[in-house]
Amino acid sequence: MSGANGVNGQTSQQSHGGTLSLTLRIWRQDGPDAPGRFHTFDAPNISEDMSFLELLDIINERLIEGGGVPIEFDHDCREGICGMCSLMINGRAHGHELATTTCQLHMRKFSDGDVITVEPFRAKAFPVVRDLVVDRSSFDRIIEAGGYISVNTGAVGDANQTPVPKEAADTSMDAAACIGCGACVAACPNSAAQLFTSAKLAHLNLIPQGQPQRWERTEAMVETMEQFFGSCTNHGECTEACPKEISLDFIAFMNRDYVKAKIKNRKLTGQS
Amino acid sequence: MAPTATQAAGSAPVFKTKRPLPFPLNIYQSAIGRKWVMAWTGIGLLGFVIVHMIGNLHLYEGPSRMYEYAETLRELGGGLLPRTLLLWIMRVGLLAMFVVHLHSAYTLKERSRLASERAGFVGGAKKYASKRDYIAANYASRTMRWTGPIVGLYVLFHLADLTWGWWLGGDYVRGDPYHNVVESLSSIPVAIIYVVANVALAVHIFHGTWSMFQSLGVNNPRYNGLRRNLATALAGVVLVGNLSFPVLVQAGLVDEDNRDCPVNDTTGLECLEAEAEAH
Repeated sequence: MSGANGVNGQTSQQSHGGTLSLTLRIWRQDGPDAPGRFHTFDAPNISEDMSFLELLDIINERLIEGGGVPIEFDHDCREGICGMCSLMINGRAHGHELATTTCQLHMRKFSDGDVITVEPFRAKAFPVVRDLVVDRSSFDRIIEAGGYISVNTGAVGDANQTPVPKEAADTSMDAAACIGCGACVAACPNSAAQLFTSAKLAHLNLIPQGQPQRWERTEAMVETMEQFFGSCTNHGECTEACPKEISLDFIAFMNRDYVKAKIKNRKLTGQS
Repeated sequence: MAPTATQAAGSAPVFKTKRPLPFPLNIYQSAIGRKWVMAWTGIGLLGFVIVHMIGNLHLYEGPSRMYEYAETLRELGGGLLPRTLLLWIMRVGLLAMFVVHLHSAYTLKERSRLASERAGFVGGAKKYASKRDYIAANYASRTMRWTGPIVGLYVLFHLADLTWGWWLGGDYVRGDPYHNVVESLSSIPVAIIYVVANVALAVHIFHGTWSMFQSLGVNNPRYNGLRRNLATALAGVVLVGNLSFPVLVQAGLVDEDNRDCPVNDTTGLECLEAEAEAH
């Protein structure tokens, strides 16, 4: 990680003001069905304190000043919690830093003279809208299928009316950390969305509030997922790419619940 | 679910939903259920591989013990069932598991390929134009679709070689497995095929063993660390056991110097039968 300015993780505190000269190979595509290709941009004088998205902002400013068309990319909160930013950076979803979104990836993690390749997240269900922007609304279809609990509204219930075991609450929160960015699908060689769907399922299926619709939810969300995404082969790439470090264990939990759901619903509805 | 106004044209479903079949066939219609079935058939096939390997170790006890082992397989079920009936039931079951394992593997791979297809891309079928930097996916997990067909073709070769005796010709003696194995494996090309195929089998078992726990949803944080160890152990045992046959025959440590009976399917088999009776 040591660059021309002698920067590494240890000494990054002293690196304020350091600059990098980078070369970027960025995917540009005019629309969903237009052919795309890499464009090369020289990016001199890049501050090490910038985030990766700020680097793209600078490149865009320079492009606009030169009369060019800016590169389109997704972003929103820029503090690692919204799941809007994406990007495949040097063959890794959200770049090489583990447990980090693209917006939280800082340029001090790169070295002077690096050539950085940037591509959009890829899957058939994530069509490219333009340049680096992909349509991830297939995730919304999965959430619509069962990512909710139905409760009767009315007077506010008493505090602690529903006892929740501490361990269940903790694990449910681990699953709920999923920001739905799609890095799991992007990193998966099969374009499977198992990690996302299993996190959204575990988030509700582990706690008492989620129990009444547990089996119906599991079937509906899995079957919606399967309309869009590939089949898991247990490589484990998803969990390594995940900026929120969602565990593969949730996938096992979903697999178990899905087969159980197939059996349970049949009994509940009195089918033979 | 009715399509919503927010649904962009690009995110239309990639796969059509099929009319559900009656339970339990509907489990096999879904990708997760199909993977579940793949795991169960994998367990069955793995069980066969291990038992087959252990059984074949009788080779090291000489021709008459090997003959006795082969006869025991045909006599399974004792006096209750007709001779070879139970063996045939097991063979049919094994074949069914093999076919289902192959079908699920092929269709799921095809589904993943379609789900990874990109619009507007020039330069082949790869998911990304740039080089992927894999972190967790290992050699075994990424080569399942190559090691699988290699093992499948090898099974056909193995049957043609030692069950049907296609190319041993006059040297093939039905009912004398010791002779057939030594005769076949003493050919260098055949020994190489056995070695290559069994290395592929071990690599396949390494990922398969770990993977089946995930697919079946057998997951307990207390034991999760042991899954890789079990995968390594099973792959290692199968590899060492199965490679020992071609290697030791080629090394000349297993040969026919230890046989008292003639090699033919009349007096030879009677002699082996008599020796087996004497044990």
